[in-house]
Amino acid sequence: MTPRLIRLTVNGRAYTRSVEPRTTLVDFLRDDLDLTGTHVGCEHGVCGACTVLLDGQPVRSCLLFAIQLDGAVVTTVEGLADGERLHPIQEAFREHHGLQCGFCTPGLLLTAKAFLEEHPAPSDGEIREAIAGNLCRCTGYHFIVDAIRAAAGGVRR
Amino acid sequence: MPETDAQRYVGQPLKRLEDPRLITGAGQYVEDLKLSGLTYLAFLRSPYAHARVTAIRTEAAQKAPGVVRVVTAKDLGPLRPTPYMVVLPGLKAFPYQYLADRVVDSTGVPVAAVVAESPSLARDATELIEVAYEPLPAVSDPERALQSGAPLVHPEFGTNQAFSLPMKGGDVGAAFSRAAHIAKVRVEHNRLAGAPMEPRGVVARYEPGTGELTLWLTTQNPFTTRADLASVLDYPEHKLRLVALDVGGGFGVKGPLYREEVIAATLARQVGRPVQWMSTRNEDLLTTHHGRATVTEAEAAVTSDGEIIGLRAKAIFDLGAHLLSLSLVPTMSNSIHVLGPYRIQNAELLSIGVYTNTGPTGPYRGSGRPVGVYLIERLMDEAARLTKLDPVEIRRRNFIPADAFPYRTAFGTSYDSGNYARALDRALELADYQTLRRQQAEKRKRGDIMGIGVATYVESTNVLGWESGVVRVERTGKVTAITGSSPHGQGHETTFAQIVADHLGVAFEDVIVRHGDTLGAPQAIGTFGSRSAGLGGSALARAAVEMREKGQRLAARLLEASPHDLVPVRGGFQVKGVPERMIGWSRVAEFAHRAGGLPPEESPGLEATVFFRQDLPAFSFGAGVAVVSVDRETGRVRLERLVAVDDCGNAINPLLVDGQIVGALAQGIGQALLEHVVYGEQGELITGTFMEYALPRADDMPELVLDRTVTPSPLNPLGAKGVGEGGACVAPPAIVNAVVDALSPFGIHHVDSPLTPEKIWRAIPRP
Repeated sequence: MTPRLIRLTVNGRAYTRSVEPRTTLVDFLRDDLDLTGTHVGCEHGVCGACTVLLDGQPVRSCLLFAIQLDGAVVTTVEGLADGERLHPIQEAFREHHGLQCGFCTPGLLLTAKAFLEEHPAPSDGEIREAIAGNLCRCTGYHFIVDAIRAAAGGVRR
Repeated sequence: MPETDAQRYVGQPLKRLEDPRLITGAGQYVEDLKLSGLTYLAFLRSPYAHARVTAIRTEAAQKAPGVVRVVTAKDLGPLRPTPYMVVLPGLKAFPYQYLADRVVDSTGVPVAAVVAESPSLARDATELIEVAYEPLPAVSDPERALQSGAPLVHPEFGTNQAFSLPMKGGDVGAAFSRAAHIAKVRVEHNRLAGAPMEPRGVVARYEPGTGELTLWLTTQNPFTTRADLASVLDYPEHKLRLVALDVGGGFGVKGPLYREEVIAATLARQVGRPVQWMSTRNEDLLTTHHGRATVTEAEAAVTSDGEIIGLRAKAIFDLGAHLLSLSLVPTMSNSIHVLGPYRIQNAELLSIGVYTNTGPTGPYRGSGRPVGVYLIERLMDEAARLTKLDPVEIRRRNFIPADAFPYRTAFGTSYDSGNYARALDRALELADYQTLRRQQAEKRKRGDIMGIGVATYVESTNVLGWESGVVRVERTGKVTAITGSSPHGQGHETTFAQIVADHLGVAFEDVIVRHGDTLGAPQAIGTFGSRSAGLGGSALARAAVEMREKGQRLAARLLEASPHDLVPVRGGFQVKGVPERMIGWSRVAEFAHRAGGLPPEESPGLEATVFFRQDLPAFSFGAGVAVVSVDRETGRVRLERLVAVDDCGNAINPLLVDGQIVGALAQGIGQALLEHVVYGEQGELITGTFMEYALPRADDMPELVLDRTVTPSPLNPLGAKGVGEGGACVAPPAIVNAVVDALSPFGIHHVDSPLTPEKIWRAIPRP
């Protein structure tokens, strides 16, 4: 099919690219923009590894087509840190051993970022519910919950 | 070194060196490798579990846009069978099929492959390939496959039974004739998918100028996989390079050589461009080997006071349709674990392997360990019921005592060290077991359904006898360590840097750990079987000590002192009692690499290669207590709390040890409550996506209470045992024992996992 032109902002940088209509957002990010931090775990919308922020909200980039993103503002894991300064959620994942193989981690970091912006002082149950759409096979989630709680600056509620 | 524990890195919960790249999206997994000229490989796979292939037409696909090459079996050239790590006498071995030509024998077996300019163009072209199939009768249930008249997976064998392996120790007949009770259980071990979040993948590149063939791939074992690939391709091993970049989880299922890697390597040579294949999740669930898939039965001869004096067990292993290199490993590891931490000196086990028209099976988080542990732990509870003993008490009465090590089991395995009662006591203390039993009695009066389950385990770790390591002090005093262990999330870069820094006497920050690349590394094995810290870590510890001793000799020369008058300190060496007479590693390293000036008996450089050998495994162990409630109306099991006490000897990094334990427990919880690879009667995979295959989610996890006891292994210099698999061993029996305990007032004495609401709801009798 004929490629279409899209303009979008990813991690604060404006891009204009020609894309095939069937290109998913995650393939566009990885292959066209070379942002390989976003990972494909199941390509059918269940695992959450490909989660990015679309206008601040977490979305599964394997379930969107890039041409749907014309005019959108996207944040990927590469856009979390402020230069050399890690985002507090990134720091917390490292501090609390919230990752092992790291494959699901980018999606979890972005899910957590959006969640904490709306729930600055969550309970553990709320954290678990918030990340229940992100599968992690290594950690058993325990230390991820610790990390998100710590990033919220909270104590256990 | 004359330092206190607090000054040592080993034993400290240091943050991981791997994390900065992984939390910023800068990790490099195989799919992130963008080689120039890259082409993409896709497969056309059989939708039938068993069928004759009568025609394949590829003409349309050959002409499709962007297609570089289309191949069927005849185009791959001669490929030799995949070697097997375990071979049994009388084994009817049906080799792994690469591309099927005449017959497909399980869904997902590929019949054709396409190389194209993009992944989607490759997939498009596969849809243009026409294949004519004549369906054949299929069998997907291993017990049915053993019955006479069952469809034959491989008719040339005249049977579906691949092997029968009896093991025996002691006098089992005499033990059963003395028994006061005979406890019996039958346990189905649900087929599981390892499902690492990164599916399998490979990039293969051939360089005609040098004849070198390089594969970047999702493997746990670059070295053993290279040897297998060399054999399959009949290619010189020294011109094959295998590289594991960041690998997104493995859990055993990224252990063997897979067909897609063989085919990618072959096609990279044929098309003269690099070839990438990335599995979809559906392909991963279809073709990556599954775990468990075993049906077991056991009976125990029990005395009136609860002593288990004899065991008879049988295990039927569903092998799927093909044997991969590791397919028979679970059979062997089950046999080592089925006796548990108990002194059962009369035992027999019959292991049977059976072909079915399903995907392959092999090691997954524990391999056969969780099979053996689950079986003996269910049997202990049944024996407790018959003898009217508390499940805790019957275990205590049968434990191998702490002063009996090294202990030789009925099957000849040597357990190196242990203190099983101490781990169980600690778990009971943390669970407040007596209080739980009182609460249960009160709840039962109110009609609530609550259960408490106990399980213990031993886990063979540091398996396969050896691992290699290199420690090199560079010219400036910085340190490169190369390990043969190949991590996929475990954190070797951190733990091994801790080991090297302490044993050499340098700062943690001055050590980098390299891994996963056969180029420039000594021969090695890899990471599985909870072997890395004990074997890979010990190899590096020994190599570091060798270099520290050499460094001390050179430092003595520079200080014009005797080596005996020096002591190693962090960062270098000093003259005993004279702190100001100190020399740093950078100076020593410069000296070691200088042309001339070295003492004549010293070789230049500071590099040591050690092949660390440990002939016997080290046995980790532990105990778990699960607390469950069951909703009578919905059948839903709620895992309220899981207490786990593990003993892996000395922990190198306790934070990472806890990470391993929790991760393994989560996989055990998945086995007990959620996960099941299901095939239909005709061998069609029902659970082909994550919509059907239920992995544990964050809100499925219970409250966890963890602790450790420390019983160092005498078998290696670190005193380390492995810790990767204990949680997957202990959680299923603890949880199932708890649910059976909860349902025992209804006269229920066994339920098979996964304990889904429907299964429990149906089990509860209704008025």
